[in-house]
Amino acid sequence: MSARSFLAFLAVCALIGLLGFGLLNKGEAKIAVGDPAPDKVLPVLGAPGRGSIADYRGRWVLVNLWASWCGPCREEAPALDRFSRRYAKRGIAVLGINVQDNSDDALAFLRDNHIRYPQLRSIGDERSAAFGSTGVPENFLVDPQGRLALIWRGVVDEEFLRKQVVPVVEGRS
Amino acid sequence: MRSPGVFSVQWTGKSPGIGVLALALALTFLLAAGPTYAAAPQTSINDVEGEVMCPICGTLLELAESPQAERERALVKRLIAEGRDKSEVKDALVAQYGPAVLALPEGKGFDLSAYLVPAIGFFVAAVALAFGVARWRRASRPGDDGAPTDKGPSGDDAERLERDLARYDL
Repeated sequence: MSARSFLAFLAVCALIGLLGFGLLNKGEAKIAVGDPAPDKVLPVLGAPGRGSIADYRGRWVLVNLWASWCGPCREEAPALDRFSRRYAKRGIAVLGINVQDNSDDALAFLRDNHIRYPQLRSIGDERSAAFGSTGVPENFLVDPQGRLALIWRGVVDEEFLRKQVVPVVEGRS
Repeated sequence: MRSPGVFSVQWTGKSPGIGVLALALALTFLLAAGPTYAAAPQTSINDVEGEVMCPICGTLLELAESPQAERERALVKRLIAEGRDKSEVKDALVAQYGPAVLALPEGKGFDLSAYLVPAIGFFVAAVALAFGVARWRRASRPGDDGAPTDKGPSGDDAERLERDLARYDL
C-alpha cells in the first residue's frame, strides 16, 4: 500500500470514527424493568441544593418526568400530590423531575397546582434522554435498591396508582 | 499653588442656589436615566428567534408553534424587556434549556466538528485540486509523458526506423 493510499485510508477511518462517536453520543438510552434507574445529581427546583434518585435508596420512589407546558402533566399532578402524602408513611415517595422547561414556568406550575412533593430540575432534555423518554409525562417506579420496578410512559391517575403502583410496592404483582 | 491638571471646586460664597440646582438636576437626570437605560431593549424577539431552537420541536424558534415554543418565546420577551442583549438572552436560554437551544453549535467539544469538518474538507479539496491542476498542466506540456514532439527518434529507435523504412522500399 502506497503512502498516499494509506493516508486516504486513515482519513476515511477518521471520518467514520467521528460519525460513530457523534451517533453514540446523541443516542437515546433504552431502559427496562430491572435495570438500575438512570440517575444523576440535579439541582433542586426553586431552592438551593442538589438531589438525586439515590437519595431515596432504601425506599420506593415514583419518579415523574414533567414539564409545565404539558397539559397531561397538569392533569396528573394533583393525583401524584395526593398519592405522595397518602403513601409517605408506607415508604413510597414521589419525586418530580422537571425537563425541557424553564424554571420560572416550572415554579408557577407547582404553585398553581399546589404541588408539594420534592422536585429536581434537568437542564434541557438530558434526563429525558437518559430515561429513553419520548415525551412527558412519564413515570418510573424505583425500588429500594435503585432498580426500575415499573415503567409507565404516560399519564397516571388515582386508579392507576392504586392498581398498578401500590401492588408492585406491596409485592402483590 | 495648584498643580496643573487637578480639578477642584472652590466655594466662592456667591450664588449658592445655582450650584445646588445644577447638582440636583444632574442627580435627577442620572437617577432617571439609569433604570431607563437598563431596561431599554438591546435586541428584538425577531432577532433572537432566528438564532435559537425550540429544542423539543427540533426547529428554529421562529418556525415553531408548539406550547413549549410559546413558553420559550415568552421567556425571550421577558429577558428582552429586562434590557438584556442578544448574547445575554442566549446565555440565559442555554442555562434553562441546555446547549441544544442554540441553532449554531458551540465551538467546543464534539460540536467543534461542525466547524472543523467543513474547514478540513475544504482544505483537503483545495489541496487535491491544486495537485490535480499541476499534474494536468505537466501532462499537457509537450515532451512529457510520451507526448509527441517535433524531435525525431534517436539512437536505436532511429536505426530501427531506418531499417523498417528500407524494408518497405518507399
